[in-house]
Amino acid sequence: MGEFVVHRVRFFDYMPSAIRAMAFNGSMQRLAVARGDGAVEIFNFADNYFQEKVIPGRSDRAIEALCWVRGRLFSAGLSGEIIEYDLEKLRPRYSVEAYGGPIWTISCNSQETLLGVGCEDGTVKMFEILEEGIQFQRNLDRQKGRIISLSWHPSGAQIAAGMIDMIRIFDAETGHATHRLLVERGLGTTRNTEVVVWSVAFLSNDTVISGDSAGKVQIWDAVTGTLIRSHLITKWDVLGLSVSQDESSVIAGTSEGTVVQFQALASTMGQENNQWVRTRTFKNHTHDVRALVHTDTAVVSGGMDTQLVVRPLLDKVEKNTKESALRKILFPHKSLVCCAKKAGLLLFQFPDHLELWRLGESSAKGQAGDRLPVMKNPEKLLQLQNKGEDHICCSAVSPCGSWVAFSTVSSVRLYKLQLSNGNISIKKVSKLPKELHSVHQLCFSSDSSRLFASSAQASVVVASLDQLQCKHLHTLKPKSGSSQPIHLLSASENGNWLAAAHTDGQIHVFNLHKLKLHCTLPVYSSCPTAIAIHPTTGHLLSAHADQQIFEFSLKLKEYTAWSRSLQREGLHPLWLQRDTPITHIAFNRNKPAHVFLHDAFMFCIIDQSLPLPQARKKLYNQMDLKTISPQKRIQESHAFKICKMFQHLLSVDLLDDSSLVVVERPLADIVSQLPPPVRQKKFAT
Amino acid sequence: MFLLCASGESVKVFSTATEECLHALQGHTDLVTGVLLRPSNHLQAYSCSLDGTVRLWDFTDGILIRTYSIGYPIYGIYASAKHEGVIFIITPMHTDTNSELFQLVAVHLPQCGEQLVEAKELSAVLSNISSNPAASAFGREGQYIVSAKPLQLEVYFFKKQKSYSFFLKKDNQKGGKNTFTCITCHPTEDCIASGHEDGKIRLWRNFNHRKEYTYSTLHWHHSAVSSLRFTPEGTNLLSGGVESVLVQWRYNQESQRDFLPRLGGAITHISVSPDGALFCTSHSDNKITIIQSCVKVSAVIQGLVKGDRIRTDLMIEPRSKALVLNGKPGHLQFYSLQRDKLLYNLDIVQQEYIHESGLEQFEVVMAAFDASGSWLATVEERKQKAPELELNLKLWALDDQKQSFVLNTTISAPHEAQITALCFPHVSDGQTTMLVSTSRDGHFKAWQLAAPAHTEDEGPSWSCDFLGAYHSLVPECCCFSADSSLLAVGFQEVVTVWTPASWELLTTLSQPPGAVRDLCFGRLSCSKYLLGATTSKLLCCWNLLTCSLEWVTSMDVSLLLADPLSENMAAFCFEAGSTDLFVFKPGEPRPLFSHKALCSGRVTHAVFVPREVMLESCDEASQWLNCSHLYFLTQSMDLLTFITKAEEDKLTASSKQLVVSDDVAMTPFHLLLGKHRDQLENPQAESRLSVEPIRQPSSSAGIDELLQMPAHVLPSASFLCSMFVQSLLISVNKPSEQNKEKEEEMESEKEEEDSDGEMESRISRPEHMPSGESGCAAPALTKEEVRELRRLKKLDHSWMKGLLDQ
Repeated sequence: MGEFVVHRVRFFDYMPSAIRAMAFNGSMQRLAVARGDGAVEIFNFADNYFQEKVIPGRSDRAIEALCWVRGRLFSAGLSGEIIEYDLEKLRPRYSVEAYGGPIWTISCNSQETLLGVGCEDGTVKMFEILEEGIQFQRNLDRQKGRIISLSWHPSGAQIAAGMIDMIRIFDAETGHATHRLLVERGLGTTRNTEVVVWSVAFLSNDTVISGDSAGKVQIWDAVTGTLIRSHLITKWDVLGLSVSQDESSVIAGTSEGTVVQFQALASTMGQENNQWVRTRTFKNHTHDVRALVHTDTAVVSGGMDTQLVVRPLLDKVEKNTKESALRKILFPHKSLVCCAKKAGLLLFQFPDHLELWRLGESSAKGQAGDRLPVMKNPEKLLQLQNKGEDHICCSAVSPCGSWVAFSTVSSVRLYKLQLSNGNISIKKVSKLPKELHSVHQLCFSSDSSRLFASSAQASVVVASLDQLQCKHLHTLKPKSGSSQPIHLLSASENGNWLAAAHTDGQIHVFNLHKLKLHCTLPVYSSCPTAIAIHPTTGHLLSAHADQQIFEFSLKLKEYTAWSRSLQREGLHPLWLQRDTPITHIAFNRNKPAHVFLHDAFMFCIIDQSLPLPQARKKLYNQMDLKTISPQKRIQESHAFKICKMFQHLLSVDLLDDSSLVVVERPLADIVSQLPPPVRQKKFAT
Repeated sequence: MFLLCASGESVKVFSTATEECLHALQGHTDLVTGVLLRPSNHLQAYSCSLDGTVRLWDFTDGILIRTYSIGYPIYGIYASAKHEGVIFIITPMHTDTNSELFQLVAVHLPQCGEQLVEAKELSAVLSNISSNPAASAFGREGQYIVSAKPLQLEVYFFKKQKSYSFFLKKDNQKGGKNTFTCITCHPTEDCIASGHEDGKIRLWRNFNHRKEYTYSTLHWHHSAVSSLRFTPEGTNLLSGGVESVLVQWRYNQESQRDFLPRLGGAITHISVSPDGALFCTSHSDNKITIIQSCVKVSAVIQGLVKGDRIRTDLMIEPRSKALVLNGKPGHLQFYSLQRDKLLYNLDIVQQEYIHESGLEQFEVVMAAFDASGSWLATVEERKQKAPELELNLKLWALDDQKQSFVLNTTISAPHEAQITALCFPHVSDGQTTMLVSTSRDGHFKAWQLAAPAHTEDEGPSWSCDFLGAYHSLVPECCCFSADSSLLAVGFQEVVTVWTPASWELLTTLSQPPGAVRDLCFGRLSCSKYLLGATTSKLLCCWNLLTCSLEWVTSMDVSLLLADPLSENMAAFCFEAGSTDLFVFKPGEPRPLFSHKALCSGRVTHAVFVPREVMLESCDEASQWLNCSHLYFLTQSMDLLTFITKAEEDKLTASSKQLVVSDDVAMTPFHLLLGKHRDQLENPQAESRLSVEPIRQPSSSAGIDELLQMPAHVLPSASFLCSMFVQSLLISVNKPSEQNKEKEEEMESEKEEEDSDGEMESRISRPEHMPSGESGCAAPALTKEEVRELRRLKKLDHSWMKGLLDQ
């Protein structure tokens, strides 16, 4: 495996943003997650919960609710606008002002013809969904007090609205309120504070379920407007509700971080008198559970502690399969760190700024496992603040460290850096070609003379970099009409090839000399999560969301023998059970057979010259190998060398001086920056 | 309302109103393991036992209706109204006794009129189940039966003849243990409640699906849930555990719960009356609590409090003649041997006891009364380890007004190490003013009651008067001579004799090797002898006049005891796994009485209880019992005593004659006196003197029965009156004033005969009894009385038919 000098970087203060809203599209198996900073992330549940797309946020966009209408995604927020997103360009398509003050909720009827929004001024506004946009239709009867939550009856004839101290039921035809369900306030000191109905759910059997700030989940009869049953589940707020597709199960998220499941169960067997019974309690969060989704097989929850938790319902999935494992998605599935390999610089991407750091140095020598004294401390060279409201969606630093580029949804900025013995000067490249205006991914060539940017319509813009000048050279377009955005770009070190991966799984390789498409890889069902071209052999290595690895020979335009044997023998089951995707691939110039991969929990060096591990052998055998004799060690060793020494890896890269840069973000650091959770009584304290 | 309770080899029937034991259903020959109301007739009950029989009783009258012989030891019994004529029992899977595997067997009870029926139709329902009867239960309307193994729940549906199993993991990440401890089913809905080792309660639903079953979890208890019960309507779930808190969960509103805390020892069982009005909890400290609708404790049935272990000696409180020993944690219990009833608990430690295992808390380790009963000395300690030992010596004075002991002096850290013995001198006339304590720190201290130094102090208090030591040896025991002029202290191998008057060391007694474990002065004519038991299995007797060893005999004495009223001494010897008793006089070479293999294990606690009336026994072997009873505590915490043949005969006579002629029907007199039959059931009856669990003395049987019996089971007072009066008239010795009062009361009641119920309740109310009434010597039933009773029995019984028809 070899020994490396490791730069153990812990100064990337990456802080994810709290989850505010979620919406699940069952037919597409896509989950949309809105974060506190206005970003919207799309997760593909059919493809190992891979974070396919990220629509960067805006500092003035506070999303309160998300809604899928067929394949279209709408959001509404406290800015008072309804936004539809363009999921190909990864930016808002348009926004419509609702003129009702801040919007708390948005809900679409099951016929997907009308969009209801609940506004601060007490109106429920109906918008008609058209092909090209939405159009205001009418207001329902205006109420006193804000509309916090909305839920359509599956027939579309009625709509329930959660308000302060009450729930209103409207006739969707006439727009008149038909019922007023008064929600009881909490006991004791909370009696004087009004109770907020954070969430309502309208079931097809005319049952309304509500969750409120007094900690109750209440079941109402919408025909008579009476309370059927009240479950007190927390001392704090019930913030969200979600109903399963078959309406047999409801989950409620609370401020204590618990998710409580209710099930409609026959109290006596073989009879139809179903009652809502509190059954399971899941505690996977430390803070408020703000958003909840009940899929067919799992409970998906997210909240203030920024984690997305997928908790499978064990009665719905097979035991001991991939689906039955609890998943926590903590970190983005794309790298926020860019490493200038030659210059030894690290670029960290934050939503509104970039940080450029120079790595520390040490001249000491030591044994394996020693901690070397740092001669020169790491130094923050630069903090680039983004101007404007839009957040940064991608960034890159050139390998020589003299160029920094970043992009928002609206513009690209390019800077020229000059480092001369401690002084740093930065110049913005003022005139950029007009093709570079909205890009999803940026990449510099290895000699820093070219900038590649993935642009709209799945094209790649190639620009040449000169002294303070950037010229558009060419726009590379694949032949087939894929319109999905390119989320990965990788240029070969010799400057011959550029590989581009699309979120729909296509990978195109362009010849940079001829500036045309060289080949298209066979499309694999799972989305690529990292691609890289080997510097010497010219093989393209791709890692996918389902943890498969492929190696494609660009010369022969076919999978290499190693890749075939990997497919034939199959990967080790433990490897396939990992739940975070490979986010970066790197190579070692000195040892061409070595490939560096990493996910959030481990990094791995694949030695392609060694035999592949067999399913019944141990995958994590590093410790065992140390103890056995050298002859046996050769027999026992296999291609996958896995290191779990560093936890919650954001980046692993190999510098040109063969030292390894490991960017860690310990979970405890993130937790310590979260606001304090609600106070809970703990037994024996 | 009756409460049935399996107790040893019998089933006791208590009245929930008066807490009295009405009668014991006798008949089983081994431990009774289950009691169950017959679903088709709520006036009948089944009981099962390890002797392999199921018995059907009419528990209101205490009649054995039928005996079903199964042939295997039975560990639990279940029945349901849906399964007419079938009961379900837990038996071992293999006939060999040490089998760990148990099965649930359905037994078809043959319908025939015979008394003893052999049930042959057995069919196994579930195999490999737990022997714990709480781990199985019938479901709604008997449609299914549920049984829990350590980590598995099995539900068997009778209609489909199909069983479903649900598994739990051994423990979760947080270290909670998921092992099932008990189980119960909702009476009207399909819901199973299970209690777990880590204090969780799970409510299982949808368990007719192999996969889509679901459960919700309730968690309040911090350690294992020992019992769970639904109320008959299914509106509430009751749970209990070691916390001794009864928790009532609202079904379907589980966040609302009610607590009934501080019930005493750990709750072991919960039971609910069929109408749901009364709950009943049984506790690990030999107590039953009856609770009215989870708000109020309405009655407490308390036997001899069973603590974790008895560390104090058995003592007799000289005034009330109550037996005193460790009771509730941190308390001394005062237990009336005459009435088989707990008098009260004296809080010694005066700190809240925390019901949690593994916690070091103060324990009462030693107590002593002085001869007149006006002073009580107690020692409490915490933590056995030497450097952190906390010791308190407390002296309690009897307050005549309060009739209880009041703390006089607390001496914290009286010694630097554990106290090994505590002793008051036997001053017969005046007030005791001295106490001697010996300790492992190598000293013995004499404590003196001194008048207050400052006048503003309220009263006299105790302080250290003398500190004695002998060659830095550890004193193990101490003893005052009968006239308190000498104090003997055993310093390991050396016995030292001191005079308390001047604290001079008078002599040391020569000693064969082996540390002295027990010292005892002889009494009365033998007061010149000092006896000592040593660890080298010797019993030595020194003559104090000659200061020489009188005799030595080789026996491993675990306890040496002197009868305060005679010269007799009792020695309990441990020999080959069991204990032998020798009663002897120090001056005589031959023992008065010996009983080999009294019980298994060591006897470490025993006491002589002076009799109220001296017995004039002519029987030579039982002469030693003339002055005192001897009570002793076995290792299994059974309190046993000796009775003489004559007493036993009397016991049998008072009940047997009635029983023999009792072939026609059960009479109220059988109800009254049949209870005494249990005293016949003595397995060692053939030996002339027999060991027997304590019962009430039978002397005042008729009156006691009459007065203690709850009103609603008594015939009308007019009917009983003549017998009652007669028994009083014939009683010769000293008809006390109290009895006269009683008589007058009864007669006045006789006049208002028309209002039956009211009157009966008045008779039976215990408040009407002057305190200590049963303590006064009530006369025994003589032959004439018995004859009279029989005559009465042949009188009109028509009123009883009405009673039975009700």
